[in-house]
Amino acid sequence: MAVEMLKEKWTGQVAEVVIGATEEEGGTRTSTVTVGGETALPFLDFEGEIPNKPVVAYEVLDEEPEGWAEPLVEAWGDVYSDPVAWAKKCEEEGAELIALRLVSTNPAGQDRSPEEAAQTVKDVLDAVGVPLMVLGCEDAEKDNEVLKAVAEAAEGENLLIGATEEDNYKTIAGACMIHDHTLIAQSPVDMNIAKQLNILLTDLGVKENKIVIDPLLSSLGYGLEYSYSVMERVRLSALRDDKMLSMPVVAFAGKEAWRTKEPNTPTEENPQWGEQENRGVMWETLTASTVLQSGANILVMYHPQAAKNVQSLVDDLMEDNS
Amino acid sequence: MGLTGLEIYKKLPQTNCGECGSPTCLAFAMQLAEGKAELSECPDVSDEAKAALDAAAKPPIATITIGSGKYEREVGGETELFRHDKTFFNETGVAVAVSDEEDVAAKVEKINALTFERVGQEIAVDMIAVKNDSGDVNTFAEAVETVADNSERTLILVTEDAAAMEAALDIAADQNPLLYAATADNYEAMTELAEENDCPLAVRGEDLDSLAELTKKIDYENLVIDSGARQTSEVLRDQNVIRRLCIKKKFRPVGFPTITFTTKEDPQEEVMQASTYIAKYAGIVVLNNTVELAETLSLLAVRQNIYTDPRVPVTVEPNKVYEVGEPDENSPVFITTNFSLSYYSVEGDVSSSKEPAYIIPIDTDGTSVLTGWAADKFGGAKIGEIITEETDIEDRVDHRKLIIPGHVAVISGKLEEASGWDVLVGPRESSGIPSFIANRWESELNG
Ligand code: SF4
Repeated sequence: MAVEMLKEKWTGQVAEVVIGATEEEGGTRTSTVTVGGETALPFLDFEGEIPNKPVVAYEVLDEEPEGWAEPLVEAWGDVYSDPVAWAKKCEEEGAELIALRLVSTNPAGQDRSPEEAAQTVKDVLDAVGVPLMVLGCEDAEKDNEVLKAVAEAAEGENLLIGATEEDNYKTIAGACMIHDHTLIAQSPVDMNIAKQLNILLTDLGVKENKIVIDPLLSSLGYGLEYSYSVMERVRLSALRDDKMLSMPVVAFAGKEAWRTKEPNTPTEENPQWGEQENRGVMWETLTASTVLQSGANILVMYHPQAAKNVQSLVDDLMEDNS
Repeated sequence: MGLTGLEIYKKLPQTNCGECGSPTCLAFAMQLAEGKAELSECPDVSDEAKAALDAAAKPPIATITIGSGKYEREVGGETELFRHDKTFFNETGVAVAVSDEEDVAAKVEKINALTFERVGQEIAVDMIAVKNDSGDVNTFAEAVETVADNSERTLILVTEDAAAMEAALDIAADQNPLLYAATADNYEAMTELAEENDCPLAVRGEDLDSLAELTKKIDYENLVIDSGARQTSEVLRDQNVIRRLCIKKKFRPVGFPTITFTTKEDPQEEVMQASTYIAKYAGIVVLNNTVELAETLSLLAVRQNIYTDPRVPVTVEPNKVYEVGEPDENSPVFITTNFSLSYYSVEGDVSSSKEPAYIIPIDTDGTSVLTGWAADKFGGAKIGEIITEETDIEDRVDHRKLIIPGHVAVISGKLEEASGWDVLVGPRESSGIPSFIANRWESELNG
């Protein structure tokens, strides 16, 4: 008997967003990344189009990370005091996208100036050919200054810049529009705020295909299920043609996973949890692999092995199943 | 249920004889639809109508019990496509396979170690799938015996040879193992064995079509199903189609929990495949190779997260002092709510600061900081009373400083009044905690 391959009749489509710009497009990238565009739930190409695979980004900090777990030090310790060398190594490891986080601008830390930060971004752009995400230090006022300077200095590169928030979006969004960049709209695990922010941004004049939603990821074991379900609801809304929730989704799996206890506990401290490196890598890998099923389009990773794991899973999942 | 009174009425004799106690067939149908009557009360109902109504009254996916004793597990019984619509009910059973050609006892010992504790729950690999790779009846029976003798884990007996299955059942039938699998070639013999021993039976098709054909032929309800797909994206497709056919169409031939198998050699890749199947509807997932602690712990955490009931706020035990690291009399004291996401965010950020500290989650019925505050469950007077009367924090620290979430700065005055402690307004998001500790704590403590 023929079983019906029950398809949903979706009416919407996830917005297709390009990150980076080649020379013809006004930038200097040797490649660009395109995410979104799907008309079906993740990887279900039997019911719709999945034109672009989810992309794995490697995160790079602009200052030497403090208190990092041993497996991360082992992976990046030789380069992590220099963001340019670090970014180059990411590219060698196979990164298609690099997420540069400007932690050094934090007023509570080094408090580097917007000009210095913009210079770091330019240096990294000079050193690698892949497109760039640029993230602030999570201090709203400082991020406004820094990201504005970055947007100006990297005009035309179509960076993915973040993050705008419901109560702090005008400066960054304005700078992204003037200087041709894409932006991240961040909301605190709350679909209504995600939508509200997208309405504010589009009212300001930001195009739907210049926004990526960050619904805030929680790590495996520490609230992952909330993020999972918010992402799933965002994606269902997109497929039901809610334009204000139709943007692709970014998930910072590395940052969230490596903050938690499991990846940071040395093997000797708890041998019953297995070897620390594998534990950290898996904690990050599975944080990412799980949200692949709820619609994450960009997975930002820390450990190179976790990044490679997720890339390999994505390849398997992208195999045609129609 | 799903059938309306009118739909039921169409299947009744429509003679209005009144023997059921209702004046008319329609009235009786309405009673049935509301679950207030039993179909057996109508003496004239046709067998055909009975079958149709029985089927409609059944849940969309059967609940199947596998195993006995400590690791007994119900699988299936799901009613939703998405966990946010209500919840997923029965956690995916996680199995590791053992071949009857390998050192069975050694692998069983490793599997037995795959038990962990997370957030107060024991999480474990709960099944062992014994595979008859040797093709030999006695070798298989011996392997099954070794597993049964050395582990309490639920058994999945993997052989298509009815004679081998029978030999294994002689040893382990009383443990309610899952028989894997009935196929187009052997289903008569396998069904007979399952029925005789009252055990659940897995049915494997070559694809969804042949699977549905097979389950229709099998007159036994205690089933688990396998579409035969093994490539990751094809398994994902079949899992989605099966779940939709059950929930949206009540398509009976696939109204059973599923069993899935990973194919990767590398434990990390294998566990990623398994995490995908756990998120998307697998009743059981069988791992071939992975017995590593770190990989397994991570996978079981995925299961725990996905199957958390979104309707119940997940909480930590409130109104007590939690320690992060080994805090002393000069360590900071953070106040948050007992909503587990709030608590664990604070805990995570405190531990990433590497500075030991105390955290006191206040009982807000599991709501977050702002929600709790808006509902009068996170007010200054209440927190002050809890701190001073229900905890021993006064004995643990020499200072008298409480750090509250930045979002509720307004409660500072009342809290100072009720507790007699100074209140420091902390960062709005817990991610600001490390820099708060690094930059402010020392000077506040001495200031
Ligand atoms: S007993 Fe059956 S046929 Fe008679 S009134 Fe009731 S439902 Fe109708």
